[in-house]
Amino acid sequence: MSTPTAIEIAAQVRSGSQSATAALESSLSDIAERDRELHSFLHLTEDRARAQAAAVDAVVAAGNDPGPLAGVPIALKDNMCTRGAPTTCSSKMLEGWKPPYDATVVSRLEAAGALVVGKTNLDEFAMGSSTENSAFGPTRNPHDPSRVPGGSSGGSAAAVGAGLVPVSLGSDTGGSIRQPASLCGVVGVKPTYGAVSRYGLIAFASSLDQIGPFATTVGDAALVLDAISGHDPLDATSIPAAIPTVSSALTNGVAGKRIGIIDELMGEGIDEDVLRQTELAAEAFRSAGATVERVSIPATIYGLAAYYLIAPAEASSNLARYDGVRYGARVDGGNVEAMNIATRTAGFGDEVKRRIMLGTYALSSGYYDAYYGKAQRVRSLIAAEFATAYEQFDLLLSPTSPSTAFELGAKSDPMALYMCDVCTIPSNLVGHPAMSVPFGSGDDGLPIGVQILAPMLHEPAMFAAAAVLEAAQKGSS
Amino acid sequence: MSELSDGWEMVIGLEVHVELATKSKLFCGCSNSFGDQPNTNVCPTCLGLPGSLPVVNAQAVQYAMTLGRAIGCTVSPSVFARKNYFYPDMPKDYQTTQYDQPTNEDGSLELPDGTVIGIERAHIEEDTGKSTHLGGGGRIHDATATLVDYNRAGVPLVEVVTRPELTSADEARAYVAELRDILIATGVSDARMEEGSMRVDANVSVRPTGDAELRTRCEIKNINSLRSLGRAINYEARRHVALYEAGEAPSQETRHWDEDGGRSTSGRSKEDADDYRYFACPDLPPLAPTPAELAAIDEAMPVLPGRRRSALASAAGVSMAETSLAVERGLDTFALDAIAAGGQGISVMKHVDQNLADGVGVMTAESFAALVALEADGALSATQVKTVLYEMVASGGQPADIAASMGFEAMDNSELESLLDQLIADNPDEWARFAEGDSKVQGFFVGQIMKATQGKADGKIVNQLMSAKAKA
Repeated sequence: MSTPTAIEIAAQVRSGSQSATAALESSLSDIAERDRELHSFLHLTEDRARAQAAAVDAVVAAGNDPGPLAGVPIALKDNMCTRGAPTTCSSKMLEGWKPPYDATVVSRLEAAGALVVGKTNLDEFAMGSSTENSAFGPTRNPHDPSRVPGGSSGGSAAAVGAGLVPVSLGSDTGGSIRQPASLCGVVGVKPTYGAVSRYGLIAFASSLDQIGPFATTVGDAALVLDAISGHDPLDATSIPAAIPTVSSALTNGVAGKRIGIIDELMGEGIDEDVLRQTELAAEAFRSAGATVERVSIPATIYGLAAYYLIAPAEASSNLARYDGVRYGARVDGGNVEAMNIATRTAGFGDEVKRRIMLGTYALSSGYYDAYYGKAQRVRSLIAAEFATAYEQFDLLLSPTSPSTAFELGAKSDPMALYMCDVCTIPSNLVGHPAMSVPFGSGDDGLPIGVQILAPMLHEPAMFAAAAVLEAAQKGSS
Repeated sequence: MSELSDGWEMVIGLEVHVELATKSKLFCGCSNSFGDQPNTNVCPTCLGLPGSLPVVNAQAVQYAMTLGRAIGCTVSPSVFARKNYFYPDMPKDYQTTQYDQPTNEDGSLELPDGTVIGIERAHIEEDTGKSTHLGGGGRIHDATATLVDYNRAGVPLVEVVTRPELTSADEARAYVAELRDILIATGVSDARMEEGSMRVDANVSVRPTGDAELRTRCEIKNINSLRSLGRAINYEARRHVALYEAGEAPSQETRHWDEDGGRSTSGRSKEDADDYRYFACPDLPPLAPTPAELAAIDEAMPVLPGRRRSALASAAGVSMAETSLAVERGLDTFALDAIAAGGQGISVMKHVDQNLADGVGVMTAESFAALVALEADGALSATQVKTVLYEMVASGGQPADIAASMGFEAMDNSELESLLDQLIADNPDEWARFAEGDSKVQGFFVGQIMKATQGKADGKIVNQLMSAKAKA
């Protein structure tokens, strides 16, 4: 299945050789035909996409610039608000709710000419690593439908992996873009915290959440990232400065760059085939003129523990508003408190409840210092160690996921699932960019991604390195 | 003056919530206005819709820092925190406030009588919506329905918290009145208690006079006026004393003041109070005022009521407390100008307090000083001075000219005496009653003399003449 890339579609639409409407209908018919088995989409936004396609075609007909993503169908993880269209977070709690506003990324995508075709499945409120925690049923891996696509942005990863859309957006709080990208064999990017507006992204853990693209190529990921990044006055945590563009840096290569392989992520708990592919990626960098060495970042191993205090703590507060009073699910009770409890008991799934309880406990009076306070100190320690590592290295390299895609239902123990994010969590804790790039396959024939990590706002160098791996892959296949 | 029985004293701390007079809310662009149709000034952010984010209103921060500087606080880098608890009128089920790093700390406020009240902190926070509980007892737990208006949700507040240093209801009232004057002078808030733009909670406890310990306190809410504040504090303190004297003790709780019933009723017990699980709000960067911003705030600071009172007190030669009314009426600059122009301080203050409640109109401070001098010289009677004063307020002009045009000249006493003798002869019965000590008829004689002299007579002298004749 060789679907055109976003760059190809945009070029055709901009030149008039294909209409945006035709590009859209092609994507919609692919979805209609092939998504029944995958279940990557929760709802389609065909009317809005058709209206937008017609508008793009009119701009082209008038001889004006329809934007860099002209006519490119794109899917959105269903935790990004779309005006008038369902936005559920894969939760019964928000079933039927239609936001009265668009997320900033939605406005920016449409301003760039993109066509929002639908909303994709996720682990409820983005909590999970397999998309099995969706109240509306799991998504399947396009490479093997008995396997999970990863998560929490599993729907967006699977939709791109299956070629239903060339690009999509996910959100990444602890690896929720990069891990499913690795499992579905696509490129997935978590940008620098604050590079992409979170306005309209339904919060899981506000200090960690970041929106980023999925694509089949590094170039497509760059095109989308450039369209959505930049300061947003509606998000106080968005960086109030120009964000460097990445599309222009794709051919910069890695010659002379110093790349460190994170020691702590190259041993126990990581499958042999994943380690092998990561070493092969290091070789590819060396061949392209980089120096690659091992680097120890000891606090990395505490990332998982710190994350599972900080993220649930923030989530316990962010998810308090789902109380049955104003919108979404409501289960009546004898009084307000009973209604709150009945609504939350019925509306949230087990994993969400587990994390709300964890977070509530971590912030409780008398436990705050031992849990939340200590986790924040660990977070500072990890940031300090990464800063030290970046004194010696321009970029870092590691596996993205400890394994290839696993069978649905294989990881019923929450801790086993939590371990999926061990390689990706540190970047969220320190706010740095990181991306997963497909790099060969495992012994089971399923895709493997490797992770490139960079300092704050060093996305251009990170994308240049990703392009080197992509080229090496093409050369070897 | 203690309102309590002997051996007890009050310990009072006040928490005053002040609505800032910004055009928009604290974290969104919705209008901050009072009395609009319910739920019309709302947006995704102040309704706490999923995906919405807060962005702090720079004007609100500036007002908060202005208030902080006005009450002598240290203004520091500060952090917004989330206070987590469930309540239907709080859209996010947490309140964005400040906790361990507030904008303003460690200030003080000087009352007109010179008492200094310590301020612990003055932090920024968002207001909640407004609930109306239908059915039941007016509380949420037994209501059949609750209506919520979110227009107020997200309105910027500063909560000014005193140390537990106030010792009487009068002092508490004076503190709140002084804070209100500062808020109005700085333009930070319109500080209207009746509209809820200034809301006072009082923490009240009592202890044996002279003790240093702080005993169990109760927090009194729902206080809507200065009068209620005084009544609520006195009621609560007496309730505590009565409990202690009966061998019992109050329990720490929130109580609601019932103005009609003149009593407080038990609210939520603090023992089963929520654990608010405060933590730094990850959606809002810390506030870090620059030295230049603070300098600009200081430069723009108006002269505050306390400084105005002390300036006037020293110029007029009166106490700070005696200058309150003049400062409150905004007549202190006028009074200072009149004193500088030669007006005698005490007389100037007397007229400002007693005769200029409606302002000074077109009268200049110099002409007012000249009038005060004429009065001091005895050239005009008190009644004549008042008449001339009102003419000057209404139409301007110089007091000597006005007095001359009105034919005011000091009458000599012999003229008055003969007028009085004639009156006594014409009204023998009335005079007899006066001579026997019936002071009610005194006004009759003074009135007749005033009528005969067209107000030129000095009432004081008439009184003196009558007394002398009655004794003779």
